[in-house]
Amino acid sequence: MADVTLTVDGKTITAPAGTLLLEACRKVGIEIPAFCYYPGLSLQAACRMCLVRIEKMPKLQTACTTPVAEGMIVSTETDEIKQARKAMLELVLANHPLDCPVCDAGGECELQDMTFKYGAGGSQFVEIKNHREEQQWSPVVFFDRPRCILCYRCVRVCNEGMDVAALGIQQRNVGSVIAPNDITSLDCEQCGMCIDICPVGALTSDTYRYKTRPWEMTHVGTICTHCGDGCKTTLGVRRSDDGMQIVRGDNRDKSGLNGEFLCVKGRYAFDFANSSERLTQPLVRQPNGEFATVSWEDAIKVVAKRFRAARDERGGRSIGVIGSTRITNEEAYLLQKIARSAFGTNNIDHHRTTDYVGIVRALDGQKNRFASIADAGSAPAILILGNDPTEQHPLLAWNVRTNVRHNGARIYLANHRKIKLHRQAKSFIQIPADGYEAFAHFLGGDEASSFGADAIALRDSLRQEQNLLIVFGSELRGTAISALVKFGFSLPDTKFACLGDYVNSRGAADMGLYPDLLPGYQPIHGNSAIRAEYGDGIPRESGLDLAQMFEAAARNELAALYVVGDDPVERLGIAEETLHNTFLVVQDMFMTATAKLADVVLPTANLYEKSGTVTNTFGDLQLVKKAADRAGVRTDLELIVRIADTMGEDVHTLVPFGKGVRADMGQSRGAQSGEADRHGIWLAAHNLEPKLSPFDPNALLDEIQRLVPGYDFDRLDLLGGTSQQVQPAGDGLIGISQLADRPDGILPSGDTLFTSGTLGHYSEKLNEVEVFQTKKSMVAAD
Amino acid sequence: MSLTKISENPKPGSTIFSPELAARFDKLVTLYPVRRSALIPMLLYAQDEIGYVSDAAIAEIAQRLDLTVLDVRNVLSYYSMLRTNPIGKYNVQVCTNISCMVRGGQELFQHCKKRLGIGHKQTTSDGIFSLEEVECIGACSWAPAVQVNYDFHENLTPEAMDALLDEYRSKAGQ
Ligand code: SF4
Ligand code: SF4
Ligand code: SF4
Ligand code: FES
Ligand code: FES
Repeated sequence: MADVTLTVDGKTITAPAGTLLLEACRKVGIEIPAFCYYPGLSLQAACRMCLVRIEKMPKLQTACTTPVAEGMIVSTETDEIKQARKAMLELVLANHPLDCPVCDAGGECELQDMTFKYGAGGSQFVEIKNHREEQQWSPVVFFDRPRCILCYRCVRVCNEGMDVAALGIQQRNVGSVIAPNDITSLDCEQCGMCIDICPVGALTSDTYRYKTRPWEMTHVGTICTHCGDGCKTTLGVRRSDDGMQIVRGDNRDKSGLNGEFLCVKGRYAFDFANSSERLTQPLVRQPNGEFATVSWEDAIKVVAKRFRAARDERGGRSIGVIGSTRITNEEAYLLQKIARSAFGTNNIDHHRTTDYVGIVRALDGQKNRFASIADAGSAPAILILGNDPTEQHPLLAWNVRTNVRHNGARIYLANHRKIKLHRQAKSFIQIPADGYEAFAHFLGGDEASSFGADAIALRDSLRQEQNLLIVFGSELRGTAISALVKFGFSLPDTKFACLGDYVNSRGAADMGLYPDLLPGYQPIHGNSAIRAEYGDGIPRESGLDLAQMFEAAARNELAALYVVGDDPVERLGIAEETLHNTFLVVQDMFMTATAKLADVVLPTANLYEKSGTVTNTFGDLQLVKKAADRAGVRTDLELIVRIADTMGEDVHTLVPFGKGVRADMGQSRGAQSGEADRHGIWLAAHNLEPKLSPFDPNALLDEIQRLVPGYDFDRLDLLGGTSQQVQPAGDGLIGISQLADRPDGILPSGDTLFTSGTLGHYSEKLNEVEVFQTKKSMVAAD
Repeated sequence: MSLTKISENPKPGSTIFSPELAARFDKLVTLYPVRRSALIPMLLYAQDEIGYVSDAAIAEIAQRLDLTVLDVRNVLSYYSMLRTNPIGKYNVQVCTNISCMVRGGQELFQHCKKRLGIGHKQTTSDGIFSLEEVECIGACSWAPAVQVNYDFHENLTPEAMDALLDEYRSKAGQ
């Protein structure tokens, strides 16, 4: 739209016609106070804090609802305005309790800030304040009514942003009150967006309520460890008896690819890290069959000795390695590297939840066909096949809803269930659960398939689209994906996204946790830069996949199995006897079903306790920062390195550390003590990376960036906190199309909004929420 | 998740209202550019028929207008003349706003309290009368004024009030 020119506080500014005065001012650094205005939500004009004087208008106007106009002359901070704002604050404070000293929001409360600024310290009111007891609305949401300033932000974010509409406003004037949808409780998605958006401490969360003060925590922005969307979550950590404990997950720092969004898991399901069930000492099974706690050195010696013996006596093919979908890229990369170059085996796999190989294969040779998750918030049209994003990819669902609300995006849905996103869809059709492949062919013009008139109409509209984003779940695999991609190519500039389930499912796939694929989906038997670099010790035949490893174990053909952060025994219902003659090493946080059968259990750190990178299911690469700490555990990276080292492998070949950077490590005592720390801080502050030790993930990231096709991102941008998109199907990929008949071995997790694989079992809060919401739906179904 | 409770969600087509009222609602929703504009009249008519706005009425109205139950409750709770609990057969609403106050409205209200033995927003044990102190009912020229259900009574004195109450009581017996 055309620009208009106006004068604000004597300054001439320009802004596109239609811009709200408040936004136009913010853009040029003039801050107009606001409680009820919230970017991206509908306008409310309830709080009157944004009052400004506009010449020729009889009264003060609300800047949050007034569009800029040509020649407008505005003042934003005169005595008259200050007085008006102070008066508004007095009204807001009339019933507001004086409990800032114990209020969760204290120190980060917008009402405190405004009162401080406008000095509404006194009050004309002599009446006794209305008091109401705090109410618990759900296992996570509490409401402290007297603190509420009736800005309606919570109501709007729940209605418009979440499309849940669980909050309303009832009664009127001083009696007005925010009300939950189930009379005295909330029947909702429990996302906590309402809590985060509340400018005061009226809505609070059970996990954080009355626990600590904001300034007593360290705030670390890292990546949520649950679903494959990879939201940035800011963890508030605090010193505890055995390390650094997480007390809060939130999204005050809106700099991640998720903007202001977090779901129930990113916000509350960090408590597994604080669980008392965490393993903190290495365990080695004794001749009597019992576990004994041993020192780290001893445990690693046992592992290294047995791995070496297995390799030397029975060959690399007698060793199996199972990786995880929740470890970092660096760890996954190193795990396959040690498997291939130190153990000499291709028996490596992970829990596959979707067919990444299928999409990479279908997009072979194409450039820029992978969508970023940001595209879901801006694409003019989106086709979603399968999956239920509201339950399984909450951020994707949020982006889709926002895109519809703000840009009028056209959403096309085909699903075997009536998923909640149908409410945003331009067209929705229900197809049989086993009809996805046929539907993909139908889209491509296969007239033989029996889809009805509404499907034909949907296809006709799709054919008019350009810049279409096609998102599909694990319902589509292999040839179905090829058919879908073929259809996508018939339209101009289509992009694709394949939905996998866990935080680093995509990373595990990209890093080559496959028996037949090297990092970057390069076939094991071909020649590649990786093969050249690792040396030709890597076998050229494909190894065993996850299921085959257990079959081999049952036949006594697997001498050793190394499981890093997975619980295949529970997931696949493996019988105990299967592993009787296999030396089993498990790295995990908890005594999982697999760990129970192990010979050695090494307690590990989780994603919140380590650094590195992860890649979300869309291929957005992000930095993981260490937030918490637990005494007694080690990162998977450190353990892999230590095991290799103890086996006698050359650590410098495994991890290219210490190259090019030298640092004075200083002393641990005396005048120079802390030098290494200070040096580390200086390096970090200058976006430089020390890479001084073999446990430094940055050293491995160098190698990944150098060797893994698609991982040629901007390093400085990544370090600065901006997600980088990786495109593994870019140039340099070798012959993926040779792999057409590989078994897919996919087992979708079946997680809902309130579950999260094995990890979910150890989050008390998540379990509590699940029970709560399950009861609600049972009542509803009665 | 159950965003609207199925138990509160009557089957489409079935109604808890009389056939006449149901027909009236069917028409009403077609009269406005947006369906939800029919909400307030529907709540009023439902209250007239049932005596109050019951949970079942809320659920059916929500469904008829494609709103959530919460949406309906939000609006319902705003208006003091809409109620969610049964009251007496005759709702005696005594105005104590300015004009009525200077003409004895307050005394009239106190008199009613004593005479009926109940307070503001209470109901007599025989279920015949409810009493309410209300703001201006628009009959200032004939203050003090009282509204019983939809009927106005003006220029009242305690004696006239007694007669009025007697009259309603005998009507209730019929
Ligand atoms: S937790 Fe989320 S879904 Fe529930 S009321 Fe708050 S914003 Fe709405
Ligand atoms: S609870 Fe918080 S967000 Fe909601 S209206 Fe009150 S102050 Fe605003
Ligand atoms: S949407 Fe996924 S990544 Fe984001 S907070 Fe929820 S579980 Fe975590
Ligand atoms: S911000 Fe403008 S009225 Fe609240
Ligand atoms: S003041 Fe009583 S009717 Fe107006």
